[in-house]
Amino acid sequence: MELFRSHVLICAGTGCTSSGSAQLYDRFEELLAQNNLEKEVKLVKTGCFGLCEAGPIVIVYPEGAFYSRITKADVDTIVSEHLVKGRVVAKLLHKDSIEETGNIRALDDIQFYKKQKRIALRNCGVINPENIDEYIAFDGYKALCKVLTEMSREEVIDQIKKSGLRGRGGGGFSTGMKWQFTYNTPNEKKYVACNADEGDPGAFMDRSVLEGDPHTIIEAMAIAGYAVGADQGYIYVRAEYPIAVKRLEIAIEQAREYGLLGEGIFGTDFKFDLDIRLGAGAFVCGEETALIASIEGERGEPRPRPPFPAVKGLFGKPTLLNNVETYANVCQIILNGADWFADMGTEKSKGTKVFALGGKINNTGLVEVPMGTSLKEIIYDIGGGCPNGKKFKAVQTGGPSGGCLPDELIDTPVDYDNLIAAGSMMGSGGMIVMDEDNCMVDIARFFLDFTVDESCGKCTPCRVGTRRMLEILDRITEGKGKDGDIERLESLAYNIKNTALCGLGQTAPNPVISTLKYFRHEYEAHIYDQTCPAGVCTNLLQYSIIPEKCKGCTLCTRVCPVGAISGNLKEPHVIDKSKCIKCGACIEKCKFGAIIKK
Amino acid sequence: MKSFAELEAIRQKTLDQVNLRREHEGTRVVVGMATCGIAAGARPVMLAFLDEVSKRGLLDVTVAQTGCIGMCRLEPMVEITLPGQPKVTYVKVTPEMVSRIVTEHVVNGRVVDEYTIGAADAEDQK
Repeated sequence: MELFRSHVLICAGTGCTSSGSAQLYDRFEELLAQNNLEKEVKLVKTGCFGLCEAGPIVIVYPEGAFYSRITKADVDTIVSEHLVKGRVVAKLLHKDSIEETGNIRALDDIQFYKKQKRIALRNCGVINPENIDEYIAFDGYKALCKVLTEMSREEVIDQIKKSGLRGRGGGGFSTGMKWQFTYNTPNEKKYVACNADEGDPGAFMDRSVLEGDPHTIIEAMAIAGYAVGADQGYIYVRAEYPIAVKRLEIAIEQAREYGLLGEGIFGTDFKFDLDIRLGAGAFVCGEETALIASIEGERGEPRPRPPFPAVKGLFGKPTLLNNVETYANVCQIILNGADWFADMGTEKSKGTKVFALGGKINNTGLVEVPMGTSLKEIIYDIGGGCPNGKKFKAVQTGGPSGGCLPDELIDTPVDYDNLIAAGSMMGSGGMIVMDEDNCMVDIARFFLDFTVDESCGKCTPCRVGTRRMLEILDRITEGKGKDGDIERLESLAYNIKNTALCGLGQTAPNPVISTLKYFRHEYEAHIYDQTCPAGVCTNLLQYSIIPEKCKGCTLCTRVCPVGAISGNLKEPHVIDKSKCIKCGACIEKCKFGAIIKK
Repeated sequence: MKSFAELEAIRQKTLDQVNLRREHEGTRVVVGMATCGIAAGARPVMLAFLDEVSKRGLLDVTVAQTGCIGMCRLEPMVEITLPGQPKVTYVKVTPEMVSRIVTEHVVNGRVVDEYTIGAADAEDQK
């Protein structure tokens, strides 16, 4: 047995990898060898810790020292001070992890983690995802064993139903019911599938689970296979997630070696195997019927439902399709019981939800909170509010299918039904925070631009309708908005919502509908007053110099690339609006705040 | 994988390796490893602890290091805290003493008085 006195955990998720964590690992390895510490200190590559903003992250146990934004040079300090001499390097610790007394806070007491409850992410940042033994050490495959040896298929489905787990991919349909429907459809051949085609801009919780804890998905899919009567599973994952794909491949291989996939699992006659299918990055393939078509090798286009996949799915057979995060909850429900899970959350939304916090927020990263946590707690207590003291304006949940919720609704407890009532939706859990500098018309335009791009073109409302909406939004942001545009947007939005074939089209107008609901005055300002209140839409901006503030230093005339500013030394300058290209260079240079845009 | 026993065997085997990362209330063995401690020979002492703990398969024992405890003349110093008990400080520890400390104190809960700081202090008084 190898026993180490210290473990150094280095995040190898996508976020930290892109900020250089692989080089840190190499440097640690080198230095540990130099100092003869290889037998005492163990290096572990883990999945995402969630606080991506502070990456690359290194955690040293047993102290639980949480080092953030580590550079290669810092590695030298950590090794020579902490690992050799046992002195925690306080100046490299994450600022929130040191108490006023100078003591190190336990990881769970850091503001970012304090209000979190990690179930789906329980192993991310704790285990080495490429080592099946570590997963087993943290109770891995125990749930599968329990299910196969102690529970009937009906009991498993009952547990999932009783837990109140709902689909984490966005729709929020009861997972237990889905399992029941697939179970109910008689057929000799059935499939289970995992939707890992995470496409919402800014959402990356599925990627984190796959990268940090791939075995939990394998185990949960095997449990699902047993429950519904399937012996083959497919994980449909985007090709843009290379680390996740690689770790999944390794995990599947290890599970096969251990006989946890294959025939006669745990000595029973249950057999199950898994394959990975790579998506080519089409957003619509996150829609279940399009995803199934794509796995079959067809063009990724949705078809009308019913029949639902539970009746007629992959290759025409009954198919159970769940999202990554949904599966990530399954093993814990089996091990801890449905009641344990149902104790968390709100009346109709049980358990926890992972959110990807992004945009104008201090602590960008992944957070997992019990359902019913308010937007305010997520944004301020965990996320740390907007950077640079800017004023919070709105939060967009649910990606391109969701909506923007304003400051007035910040106390809303987050669950499926509350978000829908407020005009947004849970979606897969992207949460993009906007501050006073964001123009809501521009935001709506951005999301619609995305859906126009991603529309598969099969049905007219989505293919043509969203494009017409985008044209109107383009017009408004360019200052060419006309009276009646808002009404046209509204009627298009409701028509598309009611007639589009699949979820993509049906939800595409949501960003427009919700911004019209809460920020209608911004639309009106664009159209009728020809101004952009947030100062974003270039065509609506005018740069001008306040004569009383201008000292005539001539700095702006020198920096203006088109020579639009003129004036004599020590006299107020003026901007020639016909020449100005609104690049903003003068504003940055002016030391007196004499230049304004509005 | 044919049985739960097989799974449990892997779990137990790996648990030792990942125990450090779990929240647990166990015994802590802390070796003073500042410059003074290292110079006085703290590293072989710590390795001896690691060795002894792993040989006996003591799951709940964490071996850690710390900086200078302040009494450099008594290094190598080792602090042992059993759950719910006050900290005991051993001084001038050598690798040879480790096996006895682990057997008597860590496993059986009997402090090895003659190695503790109290004993060293009494010695000095004479």
